[in-house]
Amino acid sequence: MTPQTMHEDLPNGPVVAALIAGGLGSATLGLMTVLAEASPSINDALNWWNPAGPLTGKTLTGVIAFLASWIVLHVIFRGRNVTFVPAATIALILLGLGLLGTFPPFFAIFAAE
Amino acid sequence: MALASFVLNEIWEMAQMSAYVETAGQPWTSTLGLCTRAADGMLFGAAFLLAFAGGLAGLYSLRPEWVTVAGLKERMFRLKAGLWSMAAIAWATVVAGTFIVYPWYRAKPPEGATDLSAYPRYFLLADPSTAAWHKFGMEWKEHVGWLAPIAVTVVAFAVTYYGPALAKKAGERRTLMLFYLIAFGTAAIAGVFGAFINKVAPLR
Repeated sequence: MTPQTMHEDLPNGPVVAALIAGGLGSATLGLMTVLAEASPSINDALNWWNPAGPLTGKTLTGVIAFLASWIVLHVIFRGRNVTFVPAATIALILLGLGLLGTFPPFFAIFAAE
Repeated sequence: MALASFVLNEIWEMAQMSAYVETAGQPWTSTLGLCTRAADGMLFGAAFLLAFAGGLAGLYSLRPEWVTVAGLKERMFRLKAGLWSMAAIAWATVVAGTFIVYPWYRAKPPEGATDLSAYPRYFLLADPSTAAWHKFGMEWKEHVGWLAPIAVTVVAFAVTYYGPALAKKAGERRTLMLFYLIAFGTAAIAGVFGAFINKVAPLR
């Protein structure tokens, strides 16, 4: 490594893509958790593998959203510089929504009667 | 240390087998798998949590005014290796937890069963004093644990992409540290509840 590589100004697009994709994956997991609680039919639809039940659909939907959005956003932002603070704020808000959606006292509010 | 935690926990679980109705009198070979399932979280969890402190220190101290160029090079290698190892461990933990351990946890007892000790979910829900371990503890753990591998993978990718240039990017470093702290927090929630639930309603 040389001082030049340390000061190399790499475009931040790929990192912004990864951060927002991480947020989207988390928010999707949170959303699926709430929807599964609110709707028995969605809960059944997320039962992708019976031994582990709807947890499989909820978590794998989150992982698919993470990976798919990462690929799409990476292609869009590759080689570009994006204003970092708004992008990071969006990513952190999405991550926060994921945390909120997976918190039992929150998703229990939406429980189907 | 992670391996030591696993071995000690395995020995501890094996030593308790004679105290359980279902396993008393059984040879140690027949309870070995059971104890390994109960202790595997200790291996993955301890490795992840131990690596966390090193990763956080590495990210926090990645500042050009604190580290020489030679120091940055050496530090970046350790940081990248540590973060990708953590990501691999986190993915392995949630996949094993959801697809290997969780089916045992939620297994349905046969009609009319009165002894629910082999069916942890139903065992916990049968008693109002333990139901919260499932309704709050397990419900939180089984979902939130999946945020850890996602968040730590993002951090590992960003550190690998920027390399030493990350030292000059304070905003990016702060955001990555927040992702990293959330990864740790979610892994800790999953690990702590897993350990407690396994004590209240052990997997059989």
